[in-house]
Amino acid sequence: MSTLALPPTGLRFENIDKRYGGLFALRRVSLEIAPGECVVLAGRNGSGKTTLLRIAARIVSPTAGKLSFPGAVGDSAAGRPGYVAHTTMVYDELTAEENLVLFASLQDVPNPTARAEELLREVNLFERRDSVVRTFSRGMRQRIAIARALIHRPSVLLFDEPATGLDPLGISWLAKTLGDVNRSGCTVVMSLHGESEVSALATRAVQLDAGAVVADTKTGASLRSILSFGGA
Amino acid sequence: MALFSNTATLLSKELRTEFRSRELLTTTSVFILIVLVLFSFATNPGTEEARQFAPGLLWLAILFASSLMFQSCFLREQVNDTLSSLRLAVSDPFAIFLAKLIANTLFLLLTEALMLPFFAIFYNISLWSKLPALSLVLLLGSVGIAVAGTAISAISAQARMRELLLPLLLLPLLTPVLVVSATVTGSLLDRDPVVQWKGIAFLGVFDVVFLTALWIFGQYFLEE
Repeated sequence: MSTLALPPTGLRFENIDKRYGGLFALRRVSLEIAPGECVVLAGRNGSGKTTLLRIAARIVSPTAGKLSFPGAVGDSAAGRPGYVAHTTMVYDELTAEENLVLFASLQDVPNPTARAEELLREVNLFERRDSVVRTFSRGMRQRIAIARALIHRPSVLLFDEPATGLDPLGISWLAKTLGDVNRSGCTVVMSLHGESEVSALATRAVQLDAGAVVADTKTGASLRSILSFGGA
Repeated sequence: MALFSNTATLLSKELRTEFRSRELLTTTSVFILIVLVLFSFATNPGTEEARQFAPGLLWLAILFASSLMFQSCFLREQVNDTLSSLRLAVSDPFAIFLAKLIANTLFLLLTEALMLPFFAIFYNISLWSKLPALSLVLLLGSVGIAVAGTAISAISAQARMRELLLPLLLLPLLTPVLVVSATVTGSLLDRDPVVQWKGIAFLGVFDVVFLTALWIFGQYFLEE
C-alpha cells in the first residue's frame, strides 16, 4: 500500500497536559510508542483520545509537556503524521482527484497526479475520481479521508475512529490497508470503540479515562480486555 | 520557496472553488449594485451633492460587501475541518493567509471592476481620464481591506459569537484605510481632480505594516 518515504518514526509524549479553560482534557500523559508499533487508544467518550491524537498530529498544542518523534529525520513533509479525524478534512467542492493532488502538491510529493491516481485505485475510488466529494456516501468519504492521510507516505499514522461509516466490507478493506501500512514500518495509533477486524491489528492497547492513562498493555488477555472495552 | 509554491497551490484551490460555486462574487456584486442603485435614487445624480457623497458611498459599499466575503473566508474551512488538514500539510502557515488574502483581493477587485461602470452611470461621473490613479487607490485600498479582513476572519472563525465579532473588530481597524481611500477618491472625482500622493503613500504603508504583522503573528490566529 505505502512504502515509507523516511525511516520509521516513534512517538513520545512526556507529561502532556491539555486544559480547555478550567477543564482538563489530558492530565500528565506520558507514553512512548516505538517505531512500527500499532497502538489502539481505548476509553469512554470524553476520555481524551481525540485530544491526544490532535496533539500528536500537531493540530493542537499541549498546555504543558513535550511531544517528540524519536527517529524523525529533518523537518520534511514526509515526517509529518498522517491524520484521519472524525471529519473528512477534504473539500466537498473539489473532486476526489483534485483533493488528493492538492494535498500531495502541498507536501512536495513527486508527481502528485500519479500518486493521487495510485491511491484512488487502492481505495477503490478511481472510477469516481472526477466526482466532487459532496456527492460521495459516508463510506466513500472515509476512504478519501484515508487516502489523503496516506498521500505523503507518512512514517506515523493517526486514526480517530477510522471505521466510522464503513460497512463490513469497508472495515475488512480498512483492516487490510492498515495492516499493509503497518507492515511497511509505519507507526499506527488509532482510537477505537470495541473489538473489530481493525483492532485485531493492535500490538498494544492504551486505555484513557478522564484524560489520564489508566492501563497500557501488550499482552494477550489484558490487550483483549481493553479492546473489548465498550467506551460508551 | 515552499511558501510561494504552497501559496500558488492554495490560491488555485481558492479560485477553483469560488469560480465553481460563484458564492462570494455573486453575493458581493449584487450587494454593491443594490447599494449604488438605492443611493442614486436617494440623491439627485449629477449634482454637486451627489459628487461629494459618491466616494464615501463607494467605499462604504466596498466595505460591507467585503465583510460578507470575510464572514465565510475561514468559516468554510471549518465545515470538514480542512483548516487542520491545511495546517498539517503546509510548511509555512503564512501560505494559508497569503493565498486567502490574494484571492480576497482579486475577488474585491473583480467586483469593483464590475461595479465601476454602473457607478459612473448612476452618479454621472466621467472616470476614463481618472482611471489609472483611481485603479491605484482601489488596488491599495482593497489590499488593505483584504489583509485586515483575512486576519480578523481567521480570529473570529474560532470564536463563539463569530457573526458579531467580525464587524466589531474589522470596522475600527479599517477606519483609517477607508477614510483615506474615500478622501483620495473624492479628490480624484472632483471637478478639478488632484492626485493625493500622501494618501496613496499612507495606503501603501498600511498594507505593508498589516502584511508584516500577519506574517509574524498569523500562525497564532490559526491555533485551536
